[in-house]
Amino acid sequence: MAEAVDVLIIGAGASGAAVAWSLADTRMRILCLEQGDWVKSSEYPSNGRDWEERQFGDFSTSPNRRRNAADYPIDDSDSPIKVVNFNGVGGGTILYAGHFPRMHPSDFRVRTLDGVADDWPVDYAMLEPYFALNDRMMGIASLAGDPAYPPKEAVLPPLPLGRTGTTLGRAMNRLGWHWWAADSAMATRDYEGRARCINLGHCIAGCAQGAKASTDLTYWPHAIRQRVELRTRCRVREITVNEHGMAAGAVYYDGEGVEHFQPAEVVILACNGVGTPRILLNSVSGRFPNGLANTSGLVGKNLMFHPYSSIRGYFDEPLDGYRGPHIGTWSQQFYETDRSRGFVRGYTYQFVRGQGPVLTAMTGMASGPIPWGEGHHAAYRQLFDRSAGMVAICEDLPEQHNTVTLHPQLKDANGIPAPKITYRLSENSQRMLEHSIARGVEILQAAGARDIVTEAPLPNAGWHLMGTARMGTDPGRSVVNSWGRSHDVKNLFIVDGSIFVTSGGVNPTATIQALALHVADSIKQRLANLFD
Amino acid sequence: MSQWIPVTSPAPLQDGQRRALRRIAALMVPPSEEHGVPGAADEAIFADIVGSLGRDADAVRTALHRLDELAGGPFADCADDAQRAAALLLREGDAALTAVLVAVVVRCYYRDDRVMRSLGMELRPPYPKGFEVEQGDWSLLEPVRARGRVYREVP
Repeated sequence: MAEAVDVLIIGAGASGAAVAWSLADTRMRILCLEQGDWVKSSEYPSNGRDWEERQFGDFSTSPNRRRNAADYPIDDSDSPIKVVNFNGVGGGTILYAGHFPRMHPSDFRVRTLDGVADDWPVDYAMLEPYFALNDRMMGIASLAGDPAYPPKEAVLPPLPLGRTGTTLGRAMNRLGWHWWAADSAMATRDYEGRARCINLGHCIAGCAQGAKASTDLTYWPHAIRQRVELRTRCRVREITVNEHGMAAGAVYYDGEGVEHFQPAEVVILACNGVGTPRILLNSVSGRFPNGLANTSGLVGKNLMFHPYSSIRGYFDEPLDGYRGPHIGTWSQQFYETDRSRGFVRGYTYQFVRGQGPVLTAMTGMASGPIPWGEGHHAAYRQLFDRSAGMVAICEDLPEQHNTVTLHPQLKDANGIPAPKITYRLSENSQRMLEHSIARGVEILQAAGARDIVTEAPLPNAGWHLMGTARMGTDPGRSVVNSWGRSHDVKNLFIVDGSIFVTSGGVNPTATIQALALHVADSIKQRLANLFD
Repeated sequence: MSQWIPVTSPAPLQDGQRRALRRIAALMVPPSEEHGVPGAADEAIFADIVGSLGRDADAVRTALHRLDELAGGPFADCADDAQRAAALLLREGDAALTAVLVAVVVRCYYRDDRVMRSLGMELRPPYPKGFEVEQGDWSLLEPVRARGRVYREVP
């Protein structure tokens, strides 16, 4: 049997990397198991002329389409929003757009402020030092002074405003609405071994320049230098428990399909809102017949995405097109609750630049402006390099009928039961999406756009996977406590998006990593009596 | 048990399927003298399309089979008018299958050197040269700054 480690981390993505780095200074023996592999920067699509095609192939954001060896199937046929992810060192940060907002102070107090869902057992002020530390570790570009946030440090200069940001910013000024430079995980100057962004424009298929803060480039090199072991191509099937009801370790398959058992004193799950409940539900024992750490019955419940809307238009003058990070500016004009809008909570607009030549054709032909046959070329040239718009990231409130469960038949390449998603869009989310489209059209009209095309909810936009092992103080209504420890299993921790109580209306990575750093600090402060 | 097998190389298209797909490509993106570009049925571009079907190969076969049904016989062997009518029926009746055909065609068409050149694009991948993006003027934010805080204080 393998030698026991002090800490076993499952998953090497955004949160697994952060918690591994933070715990490394304890000098404990730390091992991370990751089902995927390292991705070489020379393998990213923007190295080749087929850069757009490959985002629909081996670098697709959908695991069901990508079907790389590291991927597992997800049955999301019973959901209008499909799961997107990446399995490998860096996890979702390999393919994310790098939009890096924090959650807001109000996001942690939704019950108190708006009478919905639940307050978190932590708050913005408590997490603020971890947000700040994480911004430095990830090298976040931003512009100080955003009135949508309490004051925060700008680690790196903001992304270029560009023609797109200028055009849309002027429109926002005409409307008198909030907008600002987006916090972004792009190094706008050389930073901690990362070369500065050179506007490859293909961030969501991986950054060949290495300017984007994926955790294979940020946390992991530091953690590995401090002797954390990262073992790739190791897919965990289940976490086992001993006779005392404590986690004993994990059963996993290596890249050749050979089964192993890795014993550990502490187990930390970092597989995000689908992968984490999948492992817990697969970890069935006499003591935990409904899945590990699931006395509350809430493992896999309360799945939250962020429903997205898209509003895009075309302009008479060329804009940035496919050049530069897709995002550059944001608006939080409609973030905080205003009940006169017909819904509670709110959303962020993420303003987006244009599209490459292939996507211009695909979207233009799907939505109508570019015809088949005669007229194709003239119409195409009216759109190419001339599009811009926004997506709205809408807060999704927790509902127990939105779930991750185990599929009764479908299994991955190792024979491990696959997750099944069941999700319904709430009335509140639907109203929010409609509001975001109406206001988005106003923005584009104010900017002088024509041929405005809208869509909601975006089907292939289940980027953000939250809530399926929520944190809380009441063991009957939550899975982990305020510092990520399972209520049921005192040496089992969760540090990923599954512990979110609510979703906020922002991309979750900054908050996921701040929580992971908070959990790691909590562990370090309690080492002498961690299991009490 | 339904076991998931990672993606493998697709089987090649049969002759009738190749001819049907080429005809669809021609209907979709014809050549243009005005813009100095070939059509998507151009020999080199079509060879690229067929060789790049990858994960869409099965869906393309499904779409071509549907075209046969709509044409009342092998689509590739139909007269021009019947082909156009069947293609229109597909576009009006099945957005998903139409999107697959559009995707496999334009993914290759819009990376052909002749087409890229006509659009004024350099014949290179994004990396390592990258692109220039105007820095812009952040003083545009002065009105936003002047309006002050928009986040909600919490108790």
